[in-house]
Amino acid sequence: MNRQDTGIFLGVVVLLTAFPVAVSQVEAISHYLDVMIFVGIFSLITMGLSLLMGYAGQVSLGHAAFFGLGAYTSGILCVKLAVSPWLAMVSGALFTGAVAYAVGVPSLKLKGHYLAMATLGFGVIVTIVLNEEVEFTGGPSGLSDVPRLEILGVPIRGELEFYILVWSMVLLVLVFCLNVIHSRIGRALRSIHDSEVAADAMGVETARYKVMVFVLSAVLASLAGSLYAHYVRFLSPGSFDLLLSIKLVMMVVVGGMHSLWGALLGTWLLTFLGNEWLHVFKDFDILVYGAILLFVVMALPEGLVSVGPRLSHMWKRGRESEG
Amino acid sequence: MEKLSLGGQLVQYLFTGVTVGSVYGMVALGFNIIYNVTEMINFAQGEFVMLGGLMMVVCAKFLPLPMAFVLTVAIVTAVGVLMERFTINPLKNASVLTLIIVTIAVSILLKGIAMFIWGKDPYVMQPFSGTKPIHLFGAAVQTQILWVLGISAVVVVLLTLFFRKTRYGKAMLACADNLEAARLVGIKVKFMVLLSFALSAAIGAAAGAVITPISLMEYDRGALLGLKGFGAAVLGGLGSFYGAVAAGLILGIVESLCAGLISSGYKDAVGLLVLLLVLFVRPSGLFGSVEASKIKKF
Amino acid sequence: MTHMETRHHQPGELLHVDSLEKSFGGIRALQGLTFGVPAGAIKAVIGPNGAGKTTLFNLVTGILLPTRGTISLNGKTITGRRPQMIARLGVSRTFQNVLIFGRMTVLENVMVGRHMRSRASLLSAGLRLPWMRREEQEIRARATERLDFVGLADRAKERAGNLPLGEQKLLEVARALATEPKILLLDEPAGGLNTRETERLAELIRRIRGQGITVVLVEHDMNLVMDVSDDIVVISFGQKIAEGKPREIKKHPAVIEAYLGEEGGYANAEGRRA
Repeated sequence: MNRQDTGIFLGVVVLLTAFPVAVSQVEAISHYLDVMIFVGIFSLITMGLSLLMGYAGQVSLGHAAFFGLGAYTSGILCVKLAVSPWLAMVSGALFTGAVAYAVGVPSLKLKGHYLAMATLGFGVIVTIVLNEEVEFTGGPSGLSDVPRLEILGVPIRGELEFYILVWSMVLLVLVFCLNVIHSRIGRALRSIHDSEVAADAMGVETARYKVMVFVLSAVLASLAGSLYAHYVRFLSPGSFDLLLSIKLVMMVVVGGMHSLWGALLGTWLLTFLGNEWLHVFKDFDILVYGAILLFVVMALPEGLVSVGPRLSHMWKRGRESEG
Repeated sequence: MEKLSLGGQLVQYLFTGVTVGSVYGMVALGFNIIYNVTEMINFAQGEFVMLGGLMMVVCAKFLPLPMAFVLTVAIVTAVGVLMERFTINPLKNASVLTLIIVTIAVSILLKGIAMFIWGKDPYVMQPFSGTKPIHLFGAAVQTQILWVLGISAVVVVLLTLFFRKTRYGKAMLACADNLEAARLVGIKVKFMVLLSFALSAAIGAAAGAVITPISLMEYDRGALLGLKGFGAAVLGGLGSFYGAVAAGLILGIVESLCAGLISSGYKDAVGLLVLLLVLFVRPSGLFGSVEASKIKKF
Repeated sequence: MTHMETRHHQPGELLHVDSLEKSFGGIRALQGLTFGVPAGAIKAVIGPNGAGKTTLFNLVTGILLPTRGTISLNGKTITGRRPQMIARLGVSRTFQNVLIFGRMTVLENVMVGRHMRSRASLLSAGLRLPWMRREEQEIRARATERLDFVGLADRAKERAGNLPLGEQKLLEVARALATEPKILLLDEPAGGLNTRETERLAELIRRIRGQGITVVLVEHDMNLVMDVSDDIVVISFGQKIAEGKPREIKKHPAVIEAYLGEEGGYANAEGRRA
């Protein structure tokens, strides 16, 4: 990690530590802890998506499917086969990774719109399967009583405990991803984004790397799904639909595709919007989402993280012309 | 209801298949028209169908059917034009990813607006010629099916005439063939883009208007319709006019047979599986040329 | 040299192209192309626009599959192999339309050139293992050295896309050199460069050869070609019409005829040299 990243990282850790304390003091927002847990869960997905979209330059409109596969694998293994939650989580990750590999290899040969459509199609197929295979998944009525996660035999009951668990995982994954970005792998991914032909000529195994980052992002989504299953403890296929896939892409785009911090920022903003601040709109939140996405993509293509640098750039230019 | 023989059932499925297939074909045509001029995929294509259906329900309440139909098509065409003017036109040198996200944003915006206006429940509409079925080839066939097939055929014929005989149509074909050359010859590509969106919206609206009496219509039908229509477009060879129509029919029939004979819950998955298979195995589609698809930016 | 002698790989040749043909649908971009590049030489490939020169490079580097014919490196056939494989065997290149990684820094661009010569995996990179850190330092050092070699050391931290064209072309050379190639293919390196930049380029090409790297150069700038090449092969309409030393090519009737009508091409260069 370079110095800038380390600084931001420490800042984030401080904020995360202060957050539960601050929130517990004000009754009206004490439920924000619950929202932040969802922010953490979704961040696991969006960090992976950021690597896929912002760094490797690919697109996926079906990531809610991987989230759902992880959630349901954990749910089904724990509820129906009494498997231990951690083992189920690992199994879910392996299974989802395998599915992602099988789908990824042919899909990532496609580019642009076709890749988007293929991932979209895949995502919807998974939703249909989750709805139809009632014996396994409980169908539209859902799967309930998913057990809690345990550490050394003690079930993780409270919100604060889960908050600490989720965000510890997020921070570990964050460090891992930052390390990857600043390595030959990260450079290879970015080279694929900028010019696949030149990357090929430099010996970068472009096809393999695309699949690799796709599978990595799917595994992260699966882990997030398992965490979700053990937190909410009730699963229904409607939570893993196309709209969620689009929202996940939105989080990455709105925050800023080309930066992991952008993914975190976008996830935080959109999760709070969705769970809290848009309640006034009730069902019409999708209208707001559509409008926000449209605005950002047309006016602020580099996302919210670019607002700071852009403003300072404009300010500098203004001063230059004055002097 | 009289019990149908297997033959009668098959005929029933075939009719259903050809009916939905016509809609898929229309959606596929819409994708192709925009793709041919802009090389982009309009993710909001399905929403035009949805808007056509819901708008028709409203218009038919206080206008005679033909006028309601024309008004519906006109309004949805206007939506397509607005979409192009406000979101596509300003993004001249945008990356592929940006264009994808923009049309997705528009599709959820349209969905949200539809939900705002019409709510979440499905809307019913009376078939154009009444509810009494006619008997053909051993099956009871709703008259609306004939309307769907008829209007689809009219659309195909009109489009063919448009592309072959009119100046604008031929200009659009030129764009599809070679955009740079078309520009050099003086064809106003920007207007062609606008026209392509208008046409696609109109076709989608017509399809939506005519299918609603059979399969109802609700605010979130667009995504699945769009996906399946895209599947038909790719199956027929992206950019191919007749390929789209043929592939749409094939897709509709396959889906209907699978739903009837195997499992109706997985009906929607059929079209999506076809989409994935085509993209993975033969992206040039059934009727597209393999050489041309190598040059296409897959 | 007779037709028979040049058909097979000659001793001392690093690269050999035999009866190479490439058709796109109905169009024959290259036909029956046969020539060799001696190890350690600087060989130029010239010819009027559309003659098929970039197609040749794309075939050699594996971007395109030939319709017919073979390409061999050091006697080993490389026809039809993937670009990554061919790069690994020691063939590197620059591109006519400068395909640098615009969003990365100058140094990072060259570091990508070291990709094949490094090993860190996803896991070792994510966990930042000690051996991976050492490898990173080595990558950085070698990349810096190559940047220095082409004269761009002071631009290391700049965004590659912000560089002027001339420097982007140098960056592409540095990046290609970082792969430690045996042979370097330069596709119109002088395109868009002014006289001074072209002279620097000629000097750079000689220094590259001085490091033991064979150079093949597709170029329109006749001054540069005559100045720097040991050997020239002339292609017109996809076929070889001449091959030999620069002063032979200058006088070759078929070459002169091919270039007549080409603006600012061969005839002008001849005039300037005299």
